[in-house]
Formats: sequence, structure tokens, C-alpha cells
Amino acid sequence: MNTATASRAPRVDPQARRRLATTLAALVVAWPMLVLSDFQPWRLFDRDSLAVLGGFLGAFLPPETAPDFLRLLARATLETLAMATAGTALAFAIGAPLAILGTRALSISRIGPGPLRWRGAALRQMVRSLLMVLRAIPEIVWALLFVRALGLGPAAGVLALAITYGGMLGKVYAEILESTDTRPARALLEGGGGRLAALCYGLLPSTAQELVSYTVYRWECAVRASVVMGFVGAGGLGQLMDQSMKMLNGGEASSILLVFLGLVLLADLLSTFLRRLFA
Amino acid sequence: MNAERRPLPALPARPAPCLRCRVVLLAVLAAVVASFVYLGLGFGALLSAESLGHMGRFVAEFFPPDLAPDFLRKVGTGALQTLAVSALGTLLAALAGMLLALPASGRAGRPARRMARFTLNVLRSVPELVWAAVMVLAAGIGPFAGALALALHTTGVLGRLFGETLENVPPEPERALAESGAGRVAAFAYASLPLALPQWVAYTLYRWEMNIRMAAVLGFVGGGGLGQLLYFHLSIFQQPQAMTVLLAMFAIVAAVDAASAHLRRGLGPAYA
Repeated sequence: MNTATASRAPRVDPQARRRLATTLAALVVAWPMLVLSDFQPWRLFDRDSLAVLGGFLGAFLPPETAPDFLRLLARATLETLAMATAGTALAFAIGAPLAILGTRALSISRIGPGPLRWRGAALRQMVRSLLMVLRAIPEIVWALLFVRALGLGPAAGVLALAITYGGMLGKVYAEILESTDTRPARALLEGGGGRLAALCYGLLPSTAQELVSYTVYRWECAVRASVVMGFVGAGGLGQLMDQSMKMLNGGEASSILLVFLGLVLLADLLSTFLRRLFA
Repeated sequence: MNAERRPLPALPARPAPCLRCRVVLLAVLAAVVASFVYLGLGFGALLSAESLGHMGRFVAEFFPPDLAPDFLRKVGTGALQTLAVSALGTLLAALAGMLLALPASGRAGRPARRMARFTLNVLRSVPELVWAAVMVLAAGIGPFAGALALALHTTGVLGRLFGETLENVPPEPERALAESGAGRVAAFAYASLPLALPQWVAYTLYRWEMNIRMAAVLGFVGGGGLGQLLYFHLSIFQQPQAMTVLLAMFAIVAAVDAASAHLRRGLGPAYA
């Protein structure tokens, strides 16, 4: 009996038709996308461009190690790190207060049916919109604008990072605070505790790890972003990279890329370490 | 009130102060201060009346944005191209990320795991704009180079996240299928994949949110789309046109943000 039912069970995937339809629909949607983005993979194997790329990549080995260049590289690396750290610190100073203002987890007006509920809701909505405005324009665009206004140099990059990342940190902090168990904070608020006390004793113990690891991740992104800031003249590794690429100097480019790799691995280690510390 | 007063329950002992936390906090503070000092940032000068006036004049040049129909059409095409580049780059990255996540989660033995992780780290550590500069050499100036650049960097990110998700999926369902005679592919596709897929989709949508920002600027190095327009108009000091492009960027980033947040609801958290 059992074997009979088993043998009568369909051999093919019962959802095969549905999956096929979904795939076809996705392809239909994807087609104009491919056209718009000039999707021509065969261009990659064009003889001329292969020769240019091959010459460039071939010069990657050995990486440039002339003492002069290494000194330049070290200075640019420090500048990039400093820009990322200063930018992230300012972003934290912008994002953290806005997150505390904007999170639903610390709202007192939401607890009871008070007459002024709408005021709290309106304030939170305003904070959320402000955060969105801050993060909607990419950092390198801000940098390009600030370079125009403040002149070449790291100040433009730092300000650009602070604005965009402030918006991102604020939004994600607020979301993390809301997605944890908010009952301890609520109990503290109902018992008459202040918002800061509720944050420190009700929310942070369960979210500190996630908050820290997201902040370190943002710092890592800031390192990468301050690398590209150089493309618009804000200094650091990006400027060096831009020059090397424009001169098709593969050896210098590969040295710089190795530094990128080292920085990203460093950020990974730091993140693991801090996560363990706050566990 | 003769009743004996009951003693209050003893409070738990005060935890020992976390010395390491303090040291780490101090180190972070020191790093921040050192950064500001090293860069010699004088934000005081920034807030002086003169530089504020300068900034004000600079901002005023951007208004009003250029809304001539011809130019709007050009911006519209750029916006569509940017959308396509971001979506295609993310899609390619998701596919490649899935392929690399299988060995990266340790399904093909330790050496393969090492190799896959190293590849992912290399892909991830090179920023999109640098990839774009390289891809412009390989594929020529245009949106295709931009899409490839996004795909390469995002593959590194998604592959790692996908692999971690796959490692956290409970192994029992797959083993049950495998032990009852299913092939390896079927066991994976019908047991582990459905468990990991919602999280994978959440990560992909989240990366799409970030890639739309990046796609908007890839044009700076020749990757097409809105970035190319912005760079062009800024470099010939046409501020009103640049403002229109900025508004378009703002609109599509906000739209993708909202769409992705809506789609991700219920799929699981994705903050990485």
C-alpha cells in the first residue's frame, strides 16, 4: 500500500510549471534592462581591449616597491585611514542622536493613549525624512560638491562621509533598536525612568553587539569610500590610484590594491574582536 | 506593626568594571582625536562668515534646476540606465555569489573553502569605482563596464554573506533527504536552499539599495548613467543642469530604498 502511493507520487517537481512561469516573467522584465545597460559580454573578448588590459594586468607583477613610492603610499594610507575614522566619528555624532529621537522603541507617547501622540509620531516622521535626505545623495557626490566649495583636500571627504554615513547610521541604529526585545525599555519607561536610562539599561545590553559591528562595518565602508574620494581630488589612496590608472602603471596599481586588501582584512579582524568584546 | 520586617532580597553583586572595554573605548577616542589632528581639519574656519557666504553663493548657483523638456528626457534616459546597471550588477553578483558561496561554506572541503574565501575577500576589498576604472579598459566606456564593476565587488560581499547564511542553516533536513536516497543536488535544492533563500533575497535587495547609489556615480570614471551626466555638467560649471541630475538621483535612490524596504519586510534582517 505504502509503496503503491509512493510510486504514484509525481516524479517531477510539483511546482515545476510555476517556477518556469516565474523564470520566464523575470526574463521578460530583464530584457529591457540588458538592452539599456549595453549588455555585450563578447566585447570583453575583443582583441584590442584584451591587449590593453593584458598589458596593464601583466605589469601588476612585480608590485612597485621603490622606497619613494612606498613612502608616498604609506602617507596616503594614513590619510585614508584618518579620513575614514574622522568621517565615521562625525557620522556617529550625527546619527546616534537622530536614531534616539527617531526610534519607536524609546517613545513615551506610544505607551498610553495620550492626547499628544500625534506630536511624537510627527517628530519621528520628521527625523526619518531628514535621515533619508542625508543618505540619498551618494558620498562621492557630496565630496565633489564640497571640493568645489572648500577646495582640494581631506576636509571635503570627511564632511561628505559624515553627512551620508550619519544618515545611514541613524536609520540602521533606529531599526536595530526596534527589532530587539523592547519590553525591558518599556518597563523602565513605565516605571518613570528617563529615555537615556531606558536606552542604556533596557536596549543597549541586547543590541550593543549588533550596533558595534554595524558601526565597524560602516568604518570599513568609509575606508573604501575615502579611497574613491581621491578620484575627485580629496586626497588619500584614491588620488594615488587615479594617477596610476591614468598612466596605466600596473606595478603601482597592484601595490595600492594590496594595501586595500590589507585594510579590509584589518577591518574584518577588528570587527570580530569588538564583537567578541561586547558579547 | 509588630510583624517582623522581612529583609529585602539581596541585590546581585555589582559586576566588576570591564577594564578591557575601557581600554578599547579610550583607544577608539584616541584614534578619532589623532585622525582630526593628522588631517589638520579646521572646521572653525568652515563656520566663519566669509566661508558661509561663499558656500551660500555656491549653493545658490544650483537654483533653479534646469527643467527644459529636452534635458529632462536626457536625464530620464540616464536614470533608467542607472537603474538597469544597478539591477543587472546586483543580479549577476547574486548568481556568482551563490556559486561561490557553496565552496565558501565548506561543502567542498577545506582547501576549496580557503580558496573561495580568499577570492571573495579580494573581490570585496577592491572598491566599485576602482573596478569600474579597470572594467572601462576591458569593456570600453559605457554602462556595461559599470554593471560589471558593480557585479565584481558585490559578488565578494554577497558570496561571503550567502556562505555565512548557508553555514547557519540547520543540517538535519538535508541529511534526512540524502539518507533516504535523494541525490546531492536534490537534497540541497529541496532542504537547505529553501531555508537559506529568504535571507539571500533579503541580502540581495539590501545590496541593490547600496548599488543604486554606486551606479549613480559610476559614470565619474566612464560607467554611464546619471554619474556621467553629473560629472560632465559639473566640470563645465553648468550648476542648474547638475541640480536636475542630483534631483533625479535623489528620486531613484529614495524609490529603490522604499521598494527594497517594502520587499524585505518579513524576509529577515539584513544589515551587513
